[in-house]
Amino acid sequence: MTTSPHDSLIRSLGSDLKPVQRLRAPALRALGWLAVVAALGVALATFADTHAMLERITDAPDMWLAVIGSTATAILAGIAAFELSLPDASRDWAWLPLPGALLWIGASGFGCLRVWVVPATHVAELGEARDCLLFIVALSVPLSALLLLMLRRACPLNPGLTAAIGGLAVAAAAATLLNFFHPYDAAATDLTVHAVAVALVVGANRALGGRIFSVAGVTAGRVPPN
Amino acid sequence: MITAQTQPRSADDARRMAQMAAAQSGDRAAYEALLRDCVPFIAMVAGRQGVPPDRRDDVVQDVLLTIHRARQTYDPARSFNAWLRIIAERRAIDLMRQVHRHGAREVHAPVAFESYADRDADPARGVDHVQGSGRVSDALAGLPASQREAVEALVLREQSLAEAAVTTRRSKGALKVNLHRALKSLRGKLERTGRG
Repeated sequence: MTTSPHDSLIRSLGSDLKPVQRLRAPALRALGWLAVVAALGVALATFADTHAMLERITDAPDMWLAVIGSTATAILAGIAAFELSLPDASRDWAWLPLPGALLWIGASGFGCLRVWVVPATHVAELGEARDCLLFIVALSVPLSALLLLMLRRACPLNPGLTAAIGGLAVAAAAATLLNFFHPYDAAATDLTVHAVAVALVVGANRALGGRIFSVAGVTAGRVPPN
Repeated sequence: MITAQTQPRSADDARRMAQMAAAQSGDRAAYEALLRDCVPFIAMVAGRQGVPPDRRDDVVQDVLLTIHRARQTYDPARSFNAWLRIIAERRAIDLMRQVHRHGAREVHAPVAFESYADRDADPARGVDHVQGSGRVSDALAGLPASQREAVEALVLREQSLAEAAVTTRRSKGALKVNLHRALKSLRGKLERTGRG
């Protein structure tokens, strides 16, 4: 019997073998993460004036379309991130959140063009818009930590892309939950601040997620020859 | 279809699917047999991706490690060969990118290299070297456990990164970082003791 040059590695892997529990379908795992987001939403709703919020977002079509858009982005990007975390997944999954994102961006953009101000709202001043940024970023920290830990259980071979799409899911979820405490009408400043917050969260997830998945040992690398 | 296909399945594929399912339950013999069986298949996929023959073993090692780390993601209802082919193709592409990046940064110039005398070459250094090895052992003992482990596995035992990753249960990235830090720290310590 000939010995393969990989025999010692194969024996090492064999000695390291332990029974594993198969991962559930990515959509089901995404549902688990979304359930945590929903629970957080219910918890936040107890502190918010939900009546005023519902009036606000139903007064103008762009307001509720933007909420539907951010919610759809969170759900679709969440599913896409769990799909992308599988080592044999197609990169095409990254396109899944696109319809939700287009609706979210489009509706928010149209809101800026509206000439009348929704009743019981006002245009956010710079300090208030900064609070929106802090809310999105602060809420994104625990949501990102949970999502990255869940994604790490799979073995993403596209770590940067997986983490970035996960970041989009987190940012969209945080932006959706922000509506509980957002008595402001759509405006260019507010929209810009939201865009900056989303970009920050996606960028941080991409950078941090890439490292976390790399620590999990899924990225290629070897000592360069001397 | 977005993930690995379920059809068509050959007899080979059916056997590997059963072996991988057994491996997920902890059957070491089935697992090692499966990994050995996969080696020529991975090398063939790497060849088709344009990986030069001298680097195909690197792809094989990467893919074997990836199978190990991703074994919980395999669904036994799906074709194992399709799953493995996609992973092998991705690992091969990763390696080719790495080779290209490396090639773009470095120039192969053996003549230029040989034209310069090694200023440190000195036959009398052998004695110093033996005396110095005691200092190295002392410095090594003073390193944090993770860094010492990296030096022991990669330098003293001359294991490959893939093997060291398995024996130390650390990722290749973490091992490289620990080795780099350890060498930097050792250099500093030895310079200080050399001066002292």
